[in-house]
Amino acid sequence: MITVQHVSKHYGRHTALDDVTFHVKQGEILAFLGPNGAGKTTTMRILTCFLPQSEGMAKVAGFDCLDEPIEVKRRIGYLPETPPLYPELTVDEYLTFVGRLKRLAPRTLALRKSHVIDQVGLSSVHHRVIGHLSRGYRQRVGLAQALIHDPPVLILDEPTVGLDPKQIIEIRGLIKSLAGSHTVILSTHILPEAMATCDRVVIIDRGRIVAEDSPDRLSSGLRQSEKMSLTVKQPGADWLERLRMLPGVLGVLPTAEPNTCTIDCQLGRDLRETLSQFVVSQGYGLLELTPLSLSLEEVFLQLTRREGETGTGEHHYRDAIGQSGQSEQRPA
Amino acid sequence: MTPFRTILAKELRCFFVSPVFYVVGAVFLFISGLIAHLMTANAGQQAVRFLQIQNTYAQLNLNELVFRSLFYSLDFVLMFLLPILTMRLFAEERKLHTFELLLTSPVGINELISAKYISVLLIYLGLLSLTSLTPIVLSLYSSFHWNPILTGYVALALQGGLFLACGLLASATTENQVVAAFLSFGMILLIWLLGGLGSLLGDTTIGNILSYLSFSEHYDRLVRGLLEAKDIVYYVSGTVLMLFIAHRVVDSHRWS
Repeated sequence: MITVQHVSKHYGRHTALDDVTFHVKQGEILAFLGPNGAGKTTTMRILTCFLPQSEGMAKVAGFDCLDEPIEVKRRIGYLPETPPLYPELTVDEYLTFVGRLKRLAPRTLALRKSHVIDQVGLSSVHHRVIGHLSRGYRQRVGLAQALIHDPPVLILDEPTVGLDPKQIIEIRGLIKSLAGSHTVILSTHILPEAMATCDRVVIIDRGRIVAEDSPDRLSSGLRQSEKMSLTVKQPGADWLERLRMLPGVLGVLPTAEPNTCTIDCQLGRDLRETLSQFVVSQGYGLLELTPLSLSLEEVFLQLTRREGETGTGEHHYRDAIGQSGQSEQRPA
Repeated sequence: MTPFRTILAKELRCFFVSPVFYVVGAVFLFISGLIAHLMTANAGQQAVRFLQIQNTYAQLNLNELVFRSLFYSLDFVLMFLLPILTMRLFAEERKLHTFELLLTSPVGINELISAKYISVLLIYLGLLSLTSLTPIVLSLYSSFHWNPILTGYVALALQGGLFLACGLLASATTENQVVAAFLSFGMILLIWLLGGLGSLLGDTTIGNILSYLSFSEHYDRLVRGLLEAKDIVYYVSGTVLMLFIAHRVVDSHRWS
């Protein structure tokens, strides 16, 4: 549904995107994950034909973004970082305006409008002037605007920014419900969001794709050891030392919680049985033994850091965050 | 509804809900009414003086005494007021980020610019038509030639159209409305002053070119009642040129 091949974007000397290639299948939800200024918005702007790429090819629904922009624009719903709203119009008027811009027939427009207003939860405010709405409602109006013409492809730039936790859960649910019938690309720098809503994650850093896979496979693929969390009732004096002596255990770290530790085990060896037998035989009183999987957050940090260390050697993930203000230079 | 008509309708609506339009409209109508009143009152005094000195009626008519100076004054008022009508056209879209919505919708830049231009032109022509009250009322109490009045209004419409196109271009270059207003005011002033520079250089090639580029000589002819194709060509081509540059400017945001 969406094909991006070897796309680069330069602003003068600054390279915002460097040879980016990825595909999105129909009905899939893809998350773009990256620190600020990584090139997420630039990629989205290229896909929506707002910006032309410097090199490479981008296609949406079989239409080239450079050659047939009108056909592409008909098939996408786009929610930019800042929702594009006219504060002096009411929600109804605004959605009618956008629907007509997207060339909906009057009868379809009326149906779609009431459907979308229900879908994003705007029914209590649909007759109010947008300028008087709270930030969360404005974000929803922005989302409604992207959905109004029922586009096969949705491109959402940080769709949950500015919403309260309850609204975030609602909007995530809404995005998930669109999977299958719609192809969705959303960008975020909130990792649990990518975990919660997406089939696939593309991690992008300083204009380059550093990883692309499902959230589960990303976290398992990068694991260098299996981690376990162990909690016991009454540990012996040197229980940590004795655990470390067990075969297959690489290291034992006490945690902030009392009587709890994290155990690093050799990759591919399931030590749960050995550990539980040992704890029971020593009479420590086994309370909890849980395998820990690497969170996407750790994956993200590892990837962006590793990239920096093997690359120029100067960059570090935290530097990248610190520089994000400067590197996020877009055309005015 | 086509995107052109959609944008046109929305623009007109935005004018009618914005205080800027009402302020500009009120100031324009008040000032033009006041000027018309002053000119008419002045005409009476002048007529008496003429009669005392020359004892002839030949030069005395309202076209000369009232309307010509009224049209020149209105031209001056437009220079200040029209940039305020046009300043929000694109600057506001960019400030509100709705520019992104428009350019990612299946709408051509041509449609976008023409809809915005036509909307502000309609608003202006509406205001202008209200000033026709002055000749209508005067015609009840006196007699004068209608033809120079009509060409005067053609001049005001064409002149305003050119100013609005300058304003639209200025608005497309920035996201700050105040900057847009000053920029279009500067552009209009510059085009005007080219005429002064032209007459300073006299009847040389450069002088003639500069005089042609300025709107003053074209406006002058129309206000005097001379309806010539070359003047209309000047205004139409100037307006189209400004809109064309605005098209390039809007398009260039994508290429920067």
